[in-house]
Amino acid sequence: MTGYILKRLLSAIPVLFGITVIVFLIMAMIPGDPALAILGAYATPENVEKINRDLGLDAPLVARYFIWLGNMLTGDFGTSFSLNRPVIDEVLDRFGATLLLAGTSFILCAILGIAAGVVSAARQYGWADKGITFAVLLGISIPSFFLGMMMILIFAVELRWFPVSGMRMAYGGGGFADVANHLVMPAIALAVVATGVVARLSRSAMLEVLRQDFIRTARAKGVGEGRVIWGHALRAAMVSIIPVLGIQAGFVLSGAVYIEMVFQWPGVGRMLVDAILKRDILLVQGGVVFVAACYVLFNIAVDVAQSLLDPRIKT
Amino acid sequence: MQFLSLIARNRLAAAGGIVLVIVIALALISPLLPLPDPDVTDTANRFLLPGAEGHLLGTDHLGRDLAARLMDGTRLSLAVGFAAAFFAAFFGAAIGIIAGYFGGRTDNLIMRAVDMLMAFPYILLALAIVAALGPGLVNALIAVAAVNIPFFARNIRGVTVGLANKEFVDAARLAGLGHTRIILTEILPNVIPVIVIAMSTTIGWMILETAGLSFLGLGSQPPQADLGSMLGEARGALITNPHTSIVPGAMILVIVMGINLLGDGVRDALDPRLRSGALTRPMAATQVRRKGPVPASEDAEAVLELQGLQTQFHVKDRIYKAVGGVSIKVAPGECLGVIGESGSGKSVTALSVMGLVASPPGVITGGAARYKGEDLVGAPYDHLRRLRGDRVAYIFQDPLATLHPLYKVGDQLAEAILVHHKVGKAEARRRAVDLLKQVRIPNAQSRADSYPHEMSGGMRQRVGIAMALANDPDVIIADEPTTALDVTVQAQILSLLNDLRRERGLAIVFITHDFGVVAQLCDRVAVMYAGRIVETGPTEAVLDAPAHPYTARLIACVPELGGGRRRLEAIPGLPPAVDRLEPGCAFAPRCLKAQDACRQGEIPLEGPGAREVRCLYPETELKSEGVA
Ligand code: SF4
Repeated sequence: MTGYILKRLLSAIPVLFGITVIVFLIMAMIPGDPALAILGAYATPENVEKINRDLGLDAPLVARYFIWLGNMLTGDFGTSFSLNRPVIDEVLDRFGATLLLAGTSFILCAILGIAAGVVSAARQYGWADKGITFAVLLGISIPSFFLGMMMILIFAVELRWFPVSGMRMAYGGGGFADVANHLVMPAIALAVVATGVVARLSRSAMLEVLRQDFIRTARAKGVGEGRVIWGHALRAAMVSIIPVLGIQAGFVLSGAVYIEMVFQWPGVGRMLVDAILKRDILLVQGGVVFVAACYVLFNIAVDVAQSLLDPRIKT
Repeated sequence: MQFLSLIARNRLAAAGGIVLVIVIALALISPLLPLPDPDVTDTANRFLLPGAEGHLLGTDHLGRDLAARLMDGTRLSLAVGFAAAFFAAFFGAAIGIIAGYFGGRTDNLIMRAVDMLMAFPYILLALAIVAALGPGLVNALIAVAAVNIPFFARNIRGVTVGLANKEFVDAARLAGLGHTRIILTEILPNVIPVIVIAMSTTIGWMILETAGLSFLGLGSQPPQADLGSMLGEARGALITNPHTSIVPGAMILVIVMGINLLGDGVRDALDPRLRSGALTRPMAATQVRRKGPVPASEDAEAVLELQGLQTQFHVKDRIYKAVGGVSIKVAPGECLGVIGESGSGKSVTALSVMGLVASPPGVITGGAARYKGEDLVGAPYDHLRRLRGDRVAYIFQDPLATLHPLYKVGDQLAEAILVHHKVGKAEARRRAVDLLKQVRIPNAQSRADSYPHEMSGGMRQRVGIAMALANDPDVIIADEPTTALDVTVQAQILSLLNDLRRERGLAIVFITHDFGVVAQLCDRVAVMYAGRIVETGPTEAVLDAPAHPYTARLIACVPELGGGRRRLEAIPGLPPAVDRLEPGCAFAPRCLKAQDACRQGEIPLEGPGAREVRCLYPETELKSEGVA
C-alpha cells in the first residue's frame, strides 16, 4: 500500500509541473510589458525595477518560467501589490475558509447524491425515482449563485433561521456554533449541483450493477433486499462512483467562487475575483497554482481510496 | 425521422424542446415587440414591481424596463452559450480527430496536454484565462469554450481511434487520398453524431458558466448585460427588491432546464440499451401473475415438485414463453438431470422455483412450484427469502460472474450462514473454512481470504458449491455448474457433488446440455425443448432406448459417453423462437419423421409408468414393464 501511495505521488510530479506550465503560459498571454501588466495601477518606477529584478522579467520566456518555478518551490509566490502582502500568506489565510466550505459541500454531495441515486435505482420507475429524477434535473439546472440568493431570501430574510453573511473565520472571529451557523446555507447551495450529478451517476451505476449475476447469487443465498442493495450492489457500484466523486470535488472546490461571492465568504474564490478585477496578476497566479495543486493531491487520495475498495487494482 | 419521433414520444424531452423554442423565438423577435428601450434609465421609476403600468416585469435599480432587459439578456446569454459550445466542439473535435487519426507520438503528446488541462478544477482554469485576457463578455466566452475543449477532444479522439483502423479508411489510404480528404470525407461524417451528443449534454453547462462569469463581474460589462450580469447587478438590492433578481435567475433556470430535458431525450433516444429495456433493474423476486387455478400437490414424497410451471418474458408488446408448463419432481437423495439446448428454458425453469428470474421482464404466469408440498409461486417475499439458500440452494455457471468480485470468498460463505443462523462472526468464519475443506480446497484457512479473481475456475466453482452447501439444504439446483471447466476438473466436481448427495441425502436438480454429465450423475432425466419437457424417464432407460426423436438425435451427437466435450449444437436447424410457437410439436421443423398430424394440436406428455414422451411417432414404444 505504501508503495502504491508513493508511486502515485511520484506520478503526480509531472502533472504538477504541467499545471505550472499551463498557468504560466496563460499569464504570458497578457499583451504588453509583463512588469506593467503585473503591476497595473501600482506601476511606479521603483516597483517596475523591483519586479523586473525579482522575477527576471527581462529574461526570455523559458528562463522566466524557471525563475518563477524556483521561487515557488522555496515558498515564494511573490507579493500581492493590491494587498501589499506575500501572496502565499493571503492564499493560506483564505484557503482554510474555502476548504471548510467546499469540504462540507463535498461530504454533503457524496452522501446525499449516493443515497438518492441508490434509492432511485432501487425504486426504478416508482414515485421515489420520479421525484428524485425531477429534483436532480432541477438541481443540475439551477445556477448555484441564484439558488444561494433565493436561500438568503427565504431562510435568512423571511424565516430568519440563518445569518445572511458575515462569516468572520478568516479574520479570527466566531466560535464553532457561529461558524456552523454561517456554513449551513452556503454549503447546501454549493452542494446542490454536485449532488445532482452524483445522484444521476449513482443511479445508472446501480442499475448496471443490479443486473449482474452476483446480485442474483446474493438473492439466491437468501440475503435480504436491503443488504443486497446497500451492501452488495452499492459496494460494486462504488467502483464507478468514486471517480465521479473525484471530478465533483473539483467542481465544488472551484464552484465555491460563486457561493463565496453570494454569501460574502472569505475564501480563495472571492480573493481571486477581487484580484482579477484589480489586475493583481501575481495573486491570481499564486492562488490558481495553489488550489490546482491541492486538487491534484486530493485526486491521489481518490485513487488510493479506489485501490482500497477494489482488490483487482494492482497496488 | 425515427430519431425525432423517439424524442417526441419522450414527453419531458418534448416539453423541454417546446419551452426552449418559445424562449429562443421570444428573444429573437423581442426587438420587434413594443417594449421600452432596455437601456433608458428612469431613476424616478426605480424598482417598480411586475405588472406596473407600461412595465410588464417592473423596472430595475436604474428604472430600466425589466422585460426588455430580460429579452436582451436572454438573447445575449443564449448567443454566448451556443457560441462557446460551438467553439469548444469545433476545436475539441479538431484536436481529437488529429490525435486519434494520426495516433503514435502526436496522439501521446496531445492527450498528455489534455490530461493536464483536465487536472485543473474546471472553473479555476476559466478564471485564470479571464485574468489573463481581462474581464469582458468575449473573453468569458473564450474562457468557457477553452476549458471545455479537453472534454470534447477526449471524447472525439476515442471515437476516431476506433474509426482510423476500419477497412474503409484503409481503403481510402491505399487509394492514395490525402489525410485531409480522408478526415473530411471518411472520419468526420461518422464523428458528427458524437459531437452533437456531447454538445447537447454540455451546452447547458456553458450557459451556466458564462452567466456565472458575468455574475462575478468578469463577463459582460455595463451597459450591456446578459442574464448573469443582470443577476449580479440586482444582487445589491436582493433583500429590498427581490423581483429584480428573480426575473433573470428564473430565466437562466428555465433555459438550462429546457436544454437538459431535451439533451436527456436526445441521449435516451440514441442509447439502444434504454430502448431495449436492458437497463431495468430486476426486482427482489420474480413477478407472479397466475391466471389458471393452482394445481393440488400430487406427490407427498417429493421434496421439490413443479406442476405445469409457466414463465414468460414480457418485452414491450411481445411475449416469450420461456417455460410453457413444466412438471418435474425430485425425491430426497435423488438426482434429476434437466437437459436441453441453450434457449430451451431449462435455466429459466430452475430460476423460477425460488423467484430468481429477472423481473422485469420475467413473469410467472401459471402452475406451482412446491417445496415439501408448499407452493412457492406467489409466496410472500420474506418467506421466499428465508427458504432461499437455506432449504433450496443454487449453484450457478461461471463463478467469476456469480461471486461478488469485491468480497473475500470466506466472507461470502460466512454471509450465506449469517443470513440464516444467529451465530457469531467467528463461528461463521470457522464454518466457512470447514465448508472450503469439504469441497476439497487446499489451504482452506488462507484461501478464505482470497478474492474470486485470485482463484482458478475450478476453485471458484468449488466455492460456489460450498456456498450452496452452507446451510445444509434439502435441494440443490445446479445450473450448468461445470460448463466453464475443463474435463478433469469437471469430473472432480461431479464426483464431489455425487459424494455429497450420498452423504447428506440431498436432492439435486442438475441443469445441463451434456448427456455425458447426466449419465455420470443423474438417476432420472428430463429432456426440454422449446420450454417444455419432451421426454422423461430413468437415465439408463432413456439413454439405451430414447423415445423422442429429439432425444435420440441428442444422444447420437454424443460420440462416446464419458469422454470429451459434447455440444448439442451439432443438430441441424435451430430451436424455435419462443415468442411465436406454431401449434403442435415444436420439434416438427427439425424432425425427420414429422407428419401432418404432428402440426395439428397439443401433443400430451404421456407414457406408462416412469417413462413419458411427447411424440406421436416415438422411436421406441414405451412398455410399462420396461421401467426400472
Ligand atoms: S411429434 Fe412428430 S414432429 Fe414431433 S417429434 Fe414426434 S414425430 Fe417428430
